Amino acid sequence: MSTELIPLAVLMFLVTYPSRALGLLTPWLDRLPRVGFDYLQLVGPAVLAALAAVAVMVVTDAAGTPTFHVGIEWVAVLACLAVTAWRRNLLMGLIAAVAIVVIARATGFAAIPV
Amino acid sequence: MGIGASALGFGFVYGLSAREAGFSPIEAIAMSLIVFGGASQFAAVGYIASGMAWPAIVVLTGLLNARHLLYSAALAPWLRNVPFVRRAVAAHLLTDEAFALSVAHFRRVGRTDEWGYWIAAIASTLIPWNVATAVGVVLGGQIPNPMQFGVDIIFPAAMIGLSVGLITGRRELTAAIVGAGVGVAVALLTSPAVGIIAGGLVGPVAGLLVPARLARETAPLGTTPSAERYAMPGARFERDAEQSEDKP
Repeated sequence: MSTELIPLAVLMFLVTYPSRALGLLTPWLDRLPRVGFDYLQLVGPAVLAALAAVAVMVVTDAAGTPTFHVGIEWVAVLACLAVTAWRRNLLMGLIAAVAIVVIARATGFAAIPV
Repeated sequence: MGIGASALGFGFVYGLSAREAGFSPIEAIAMSLIVFGGASQFAAVGYIASGMAWPAIVVLTGLLNARHLLYSAALAPWLRNVPFVRRAVAAHLLTDEAFALSVAHFRRVGRTDEWGYWIAAIASTLIPWNVATAVGVVLGGQIPNPMQFGVDIIFPAAMIGLSVGLITGRRELTAAIVGAGVGVAVALLTSPAVGIIAGGLVGPVAGLLVPARLARETAPLGTTPSAERYAMPGARFERDAEQSEDKP
């Protein structure tokens, strides 16, 4: 069984860990000015929303060029957003999102990604 | 439970994709344990399948995972009293899911709950992610075209669902909307990784610009109540210092 890619995993870890550790292990971060605290409290919603939006609205072709994408995924993510906000239950939101995509693809309304 | 389910689904798709890209089970599982970064692992599968050179993969991985710097900084005030070694271990387990779950939990209970972080990071994410990776890479070939089951929507749906848990006012809502808009715009102009970081940096600025009147904040920005809003554990504010000086 091949293990050739394990060194690559280690290299990927080496460039990922500093991002994860820098904030947690830097002592002066807890002495930020108040506006700094306020800024950091807004980071979570911004990053997570950006992750979701980029994941469903931007696709990268074989040449690596990002292009705008419109599809059933938008509806699914918005449904998850609505259900999670309404019921305060992420699992229900995920089920709604997956159900929409499954039905749309099964009925031919949306194409199945390659 | 929702996070565990999303980690299971997303991990399964990763395992499946890794298998199709030619990873051995050991390589796929090792990557999930060592890197433990879903989006970057997915991207790496695509890069490897397209024959990209390792240095380029490593650079792109660093870029894609740079958003963790923001999470790490945001968590720092909560975990500052945790011993250094445990914070160093916690850093490796810091994911989108662990961050969102633990911060929402800390805010709810009004203090740091270290066990809450470990449960969010290990029980809700690390274990399901790695188990699902193994299942996906070993058994995934027996499922014809799993995309028809909508597994690819789990990651973005989970991310937007997690953001809902962190939106407690109009400032957070503004940060999320602007973060998403900037993220997509910059991603289209550059790359998805850069877009996500740009959204994460610009969104909070937009949130801070929301006037207190519109945000209906009971604690205006830049004031002690604003800093106290999230009950930073052990935080000592100027007002507190003044009060303690007044005491005999």
